[in-house]
Amino acid sequence: MSKKEKKNIASSADTKPVADTIEKEYSTLNLGPTHPATHGIFQNVLKMDGEIIHDAVSTIGYIHRAFEKLAERRPYAQITTLTDRMNYCSSPINNMGWHMTVEKLIKAELPKRAEYMRVIIMELSRIADHIICNTIIGQDTGATTGFLYLFQWREKIYDIFEDICGARLTTNIGRIGGFDKDFPAKTWDKIRAFVKEYPKAFTEFSNLLERNKIFMDRTIMCGPISGERALAYSFTGPNLRAAGVDYDVRVMNPYSSYQDFDFIVPVGTQGDTYDRFMVRQEEMWQSLRIIEQALKNMPDGATHANIPDFFLPPKEEVYNNMEALIYHFKIVMGETDVPKGEVYHCVEGGNGELGFYLISDGGRTPFRLHFRRPCFIYYQAYPEMIKGGMLSDAILTMSSMNVIAGELDA
Amino acid sequence: MSKEIIKRTKLEIAKSPEGLEGPGFFATKLEDVIGLARSNSLWPLPFATSCCGIEFMATMASHYDLARFGMERLSFSPRQADLLMVMGTIAKKMGPTLRQVYEQMAEPRWVLSMGACASSGGIFDTYSVLQGIDRIIPVDVYVPGCPPRPEQVIDGILKIQELAKNESLRRRNSPEYKQLMNSYGME
Amino acid sequence: MSQELLDKVNQKLYEHFHGSIEQAELLYDYPVFTVNKEKIHDVLKFLKEDADLNFHFLTDLTGIQTADEKHLGAIYHLHNMQKNSRIRVKAFFPMSNPEIPTATDLWPAANWMERETYDFFGIKFVGHPNLKRILNVDEMDIFPLRKEYPLEDQTRQDKSDKMFGR
Repeated sequence: MSKKEKKNIASSADTKPVADTIEKEYSTLNLGPTHPATHGIFQNVLKMDGEIIHDAVSTIGYIHRAFEKLAERRPYAQITTLTDRMNYCSSPINNMGWHMTVEKLIKAELPKRAEYMRVIIMELSRIADHIICNTIIGQDTGATTGFLYLFQWREKIYDIFEDICGARLTTNIGRIGGFDKDFPAKTWDKIRAFVKEYPKAFTEFSNLLERNKIFMDRTIMCGPISGERALAYSFTGPNLRAAGVDYDVRVMNPYSSYQDFDFIVPVGTQGDTYDRFMVRQEEMWQSLRIIEQALKNMPDGATHANIPDFFLPPKEEVYNNMEALIYHFKIVMGETDVPKGEVYHCVEGGNGELGFYLISDGGRTPFRLHFRRPCFIYYQAYPEMIKGGMLSDAILTMSSMNVIAGELDA
Repeated sequence: MSKEIIKRTKLEIAKSPEGLEGPGFFATKLEDVIGLARSNSLWPLPFATSCCGIEFMATMASHYDLARFGMERLSFSPRQADLLMVMGTIAKKMGPTLRQVYEQMAEPRWVLSMGACASSGGIFDTYSVLQGIDRIIPVDVYVPGCPPRPEQVIDGILKIQELAKNESLRRRNSPEYKQLMNSYGME
Repeated sequence: MSQELLDKVNQKLYEHFHGSIEQAELLYDYPVFTVNKEKIHDVLKFLKEDADLNFHFLTDLTGIQTADEKHLGAIYHLHNMQKNSRIRVKAFFPMSNPEIPTATDLWPAANWMERETYDFFGIKFVGHPNLKRILNVDEMDIFPLRKEYPLEDQTRQDKSDKMFGR
């Protein structure tokens, strides 16, 4: 072929758009319920053009356990075990949120010491939740070391929870009205040791990933979402803060004495995976700061409110005092009467605004209990976030959004 | 010379199966050797759905290292896995998927049901939760707990290893096994 | 503060929709408005787009069945982040005709929340792009959170009612 003819063919290929010459066919990929990279069971059917994602359809409900219907059957103290299993990476926050909702309904006031103790437990569980999320982001990009190193610190948090309530993961911690007794002396020592030693290990993990060029190239502009779209999709929590909106329930509607603490709320700019990762990193530093302040300023006093109708009396009194025996019986059998009314209370969970909408008709169980689950609400935006990106970016976006199946389906 | 080395390091060597030992050879039953090899190199398929999955992650992590027992390589593909570990609640929507994963596994295969939800439905006696995975697939070991402590999980895995070590090579073709499979509607 | 919010919103709603506001009360520091279901979409649009009220954030959308088991309702929680005000809006309708206009054109977040409410109560949101079940199996033909349906799995034989008292 002469040079002139070759040139003509080359130029004609340049001017004609590719789409007219090649027929596009999309392939369907089922990122199914059982998949190693999706942390939890939800299904995404992706319509792909090679490696680029064109569209996605999500299916959830593979672990629907009917919490809201179960809650209509159980007395108020027994619902705490249900709330454990929603966001199971940070169960104490769910438990405390539920206790605060009931306390709002019965208009109970807690002593300061109980509230500070609650703050410490909630911030420890927030650190535990973010450890899982960030180390799994690291593992999905190929850096498994962070996961193995930081999980050791999660064991230390488990130790602290086990001393207080007996369970590691699904804690059912505290009571309606505070804590049943003060933490043991060795638990206070463990908390202090954690606050002193965790920064060193956490700095190692930060040095591994935060300014690592490979990690940054992988995660910047991966699954971005703008602040306006995030608000339209009712995002809350670290995902919304990464998109630029500084909304934190602890600051806007303070509960449990959070207004006494001094902490900053980290905010990102683009709402991509890197921003979500960095917001969670910074939140862990701020949680450590809050725990330090709580330990320093811990007031003395009772560890529970004076609400004999809901709070189990100490066992010595139950055996010796008639009134205490009657209260104990009524509380354990779930025969305490609750005022009629409806109340909505929200706390800042690991993933955002975890709300409890409780309607009581005066009986021993709620009439209706609805959980405002942040994961369920912001997962709707997932197809929009991954459109136009590649498959591995879709996996990273999902793990950086910290979608927890228990909270998604309830 | 070799005796001294063993004394100094205090190594515990695994017990060899019963057999006939001689200079340069060791004769034993094929079943025992295969059982030993299989039990110490099980490849698990972690079918993690909820809270028990997080406890499994803690068991795999460095504190309660599961890799000590030969489970270094997790396989997410059913064809390449020996042990199906069902961890967490199985809803009725998920049931067909679980059954499909089990049917795709190649023999020999064992099933470990971890947690109260997988064993019997757990605290969720509701319209949407499958009350125990043994309604759809045969289970070898049940590990109770909500969630079970990592030590309990390791205990369950050691029991599976006992089962794998002592299993007869002909078990999977025997009429009793076929009857078990038929009772679940599988060939 | 909440009483002021209640009065302000009540007054504004009264100016624009005076026939449709059935009730306005303050429950545990939350202003709660019960609205006629025909006007619910306009009320929500007004609450979202009014420059002064500016309830731009939909916190929650859920359903409820009333105690007399004859009516269903949809409950909206709205939030104005700049001024930190929250209100609750309710709309009720009879169980024989459970239809209500959708809110997905105002907030895309309402999409799955309305599907969940449909799944649990059978409330049909008119105008929803994809109203089908989200959490339960697709073939289910009952709406489980209604009071007439049982909680437990009915095929279970080994649990005796005598011991476990349902």
